[in-house]
Amino acid sequence: MNAWIGHIATLMALFVAGGGAAVAFLAGRTGGSDPRYMRAARQAGVAVFVLVLIAFATMERALITHDFSVSYVAQVGSRTTPLFYTIISLWSALEGSILLWALILSGYTALLVRWTRRYYEEPNGDSQVPYALGTLLSVNVFFLLLISWPANPFHILSPAPLDGPGPNALLQNSPFMGVHPPLLYTGYVGMSVPFSLAMGALFAGRLGPEWPKRIRRWTMVPWTFLSLGILAGAWWSYEVLGWGGYWAWDPVENASFMPWLTATAFLHSLMVQERRGMLKMWTITLIVSTFLLTVLGTFLTRSGVLASVHAFTQSPIGPFFLVYLAIVLLGSLALLAWRSETLESEGQFDAVLSRETAFMINNLLFAAFAFVVLLGTMFPLIAEAVRGAKVSVGGPYFNELSVPIALLLVFLAGVGPALPWRKGSLELVRGKFRWPFAAALAVAAVLFVFGVRQSLALLTFGLAVFAFGLLIEEFATPTRARRRNTGESLPVALWRVIASNRRRYGGYIVHSGILVIAVGIAASATFRKEAEWTLRRGSAADIGRYRVQFDSVWAVKEPNRDGVIAATTITTAAQPFAKLYPRLNYYPTAVEPIGTPAVRESLREDLYLVLMAYTQDGQQATLKAIASPLVGWIWLGGGIVALGALLALWRTRAESERQARAIERGGEAARHAAPVH
Amino acid sequence: MALSSRKMSVAIGGVVVLLVFAYLIWGGIGNNLVYFLTPSELWAKGPKAYGASIRLGGVVQAGSIRWNADRHELRFRLVDPSGATRPVEVESSGLPPQMFSEGIGAVVEGVWSPDSVFHSHNLMVKHSNEYRAPPPGAKPAEYYRELFRNQQS
Repeated sequence: MNAWIGHIATLMALFVAGGGAAVAFLAGRTGGSDPRYMRAARQAGVAVFVLVLIAFATMERALITHDFSVSYVAQVGSRTTPLFYTIISLWSALEGSILLWALILSGYTALLVRWTRRYYEEPNGDSQVPYALGTLLSVNVFFLLLISWPANPFHILSPAPLDGPGPNALLQNSPFMGVHPPLLYTGYVGMSVPFSLAMGALFAGRLGPEWPKRIRRWTMVPWTFLSLGILAGAWWSYEVLGWGGYWAWDPVENASFMPWLTATAFLHSLMVQERRGMLKMWTITLIVSTFLLTVLGTFLTRSGVLASVHAFTQSPIGPFFLVYLAIVLLGSLALLAWRSETLESEGQFDAVLSRETAFMINNLLFAAFAFVVLLGTMFPLIAEAVRGAKVSVGGPYFNELSVPIALLLVFLAGVGPALPWRKGSLELVRGKFRWPFAAALAVAAVLFVFGVRQSLALLTFGLAVFAFGLLIEEFATPTRARRRNTGESLPVALWRVIASNRRRYGGYIVHSGILVIAVGIAASATFRKEAEWTLRRGSAADIGRYRVQFDSVWAVKEPNRDGVIAATTITTAAQPFAKLYPRLNYYPTAVEPIGTPAVRESLREDLYLVLMAYTQDGQQATLKAIASPLVGWIWLGGGIVALGALLALWRTRAESERQARAIERGGEAARHAAPVH
Repeated sequence: MALSSRKMSVAIGGVVVLLVFAYLIWGGIGNNLVYFLTPSELWAKGPKAYGASIRLGGVVQAGSIRWNADRHELRFRLVDPSGATRPVEVESSGLPPQMFSEGIGAVVEGVWSPDSVFHSHNLMVKHSNEYRAPPPGAKPAEYYRELFRNQQS
């Protein structure tokens, strides 16, 4: 029953999305002359969402009620899995994760329909919106095709098995799996919306001055989710995988990181386009690349061509992705070439020392970064195809190339905002840079005196302090001026300054968050200490300032797994510090036990304990201990990034009205301008 | 004329930056390639393989496992799955995974040195990427305990 409902709902969604895409393109071709086309396309957009929601809810119901006649439930479900993990097991394997993907995608489609209601109620001849909706619906078609056919989770099993194996053991091992994939997908899939808006503009043959504003928010939202999703993934890897690290340049990590890089570059070049009418072609290329990279990333990680922690089973969807990738790539290239005359630059660079230059360098760095990661990820495939050699690219390659790029970006995170548009002067630079530079030198000197000799870490901390100082000035200078004029108290004045331009100051807060993350990465990568000991009961060993004593080890039985827990007592300078309980979990589906490291987290330093082994009599245990400073700063920085992004996105009602009117005026202009068809 | 010379300098600058970037990438990839080899392929490469990063995959030869508890060091020999080749002596630091035992497929990452010992910094037991139940009769939790018991005796 569930299988039938789910499969029929996905099939219907597929056909409705296809029909909707067709009428949306018709509505675009006819420029809104017949409102029925657009009405039908909009209804299709909402209907697809409702149908996919039905399929999704049906799958959840089948999972929760243990309906093993549904193939996917038989694959990932189990009667012993706790309810929470049963619910999130929907995205624990290939088919279900594409169902989640389709749900989020159709959700965005419904949001786009809602957001463009003003256009529909008062048509103004601007065909960008119908074309964009058509593009987005056709993206829906592809993913719905996958879950209707090669990755159909709703096959009927007859006779139905009595029980299933339960989800992937790694997924069951941490509640983070409930957060990380949905966050990441909301970001990843959301990049289809700015892509569709870009395609809409290209189809319509007109960008218009309102275009950057329109597309910015639709990129900011997925960008924020993608940032948080990547960090949540890093945190998961840190809390579960037991190697004390958070980033390994794994193909799937790279797959999520590459679109983040190009989307970040896009958000910046968009500002140059908005302010100066320049870099249009480049900007559009970036958002198209972002979408292509999400498709490529899904292909790499879901088709089984590259092995990784995340790789699901070998599946037949690889060729589908390749064909789709080729269609999108060629289609958008052709469209870009066809419309290149609408993408000509209106302005030009006035001076080397200007914010435009900073943005340009920022963009080149982000693009180079994305290229480095792309090449490293794809190289094994290329090498095998060309030379038949089985190779992989080691982590040092990524580190060697990304560290200098990242350092330059840290530098620019402060310098860019400090430089004025069009033309800066050396005096201005000297005045603004003076005290941040002094602060950076002072911090580096103090660290040096306290024994920090690692030049790369010193450089990172110095650059971060420098950039942070420049950012603080951007807040402090107007606040000081305001207080002089109005006599307001410091918090009031600061808040009013921020409120006067939330988008700008939100952006600077995001930059500060990135700086905090950079410091956390540099410190934890440079000053990490690691030790592995086999200890008898009651004996202890030292790592850094900690003394770790092994007390006992015992076994527990849980419904879905067995666990072995070690108790340890940590002291620092003979004072009690913490009790930590690292454990090993034995899942019926996993060949090897999966650990749950015990982590004592603090902003200063994390102490991380892994139970590696134990003797059966419980007299001895082997522990791995890792002490790494400032890891917590990475997660803290993520919170700051999210806060800044929220501030930048937050609009009052009056502001949204104003923008909506501005966009309409853009539409008016479109009606009067000669069409470029 | 002024404009074109400016464009020229921008273009030259761009080409220089691109060349430097390409050089860095080329070197970066070249120095950090990890080769996937089997024991027989390793012997075939011979001295050419010394010092390169290698991921060596094979089967743990029966009777070859030695564990030094004081130094936390493991030694064993890897052979091709067919078993016909000369075994490669592997030295690995730290504890092996729970399933590690004779006759199992294992992958080691490290470098091969002229003394014909493969120095591994990472030892993985080979199993399919799929998470599936162990074969009937196998109790994964037991592997490790047994290994440890044997080492203690």
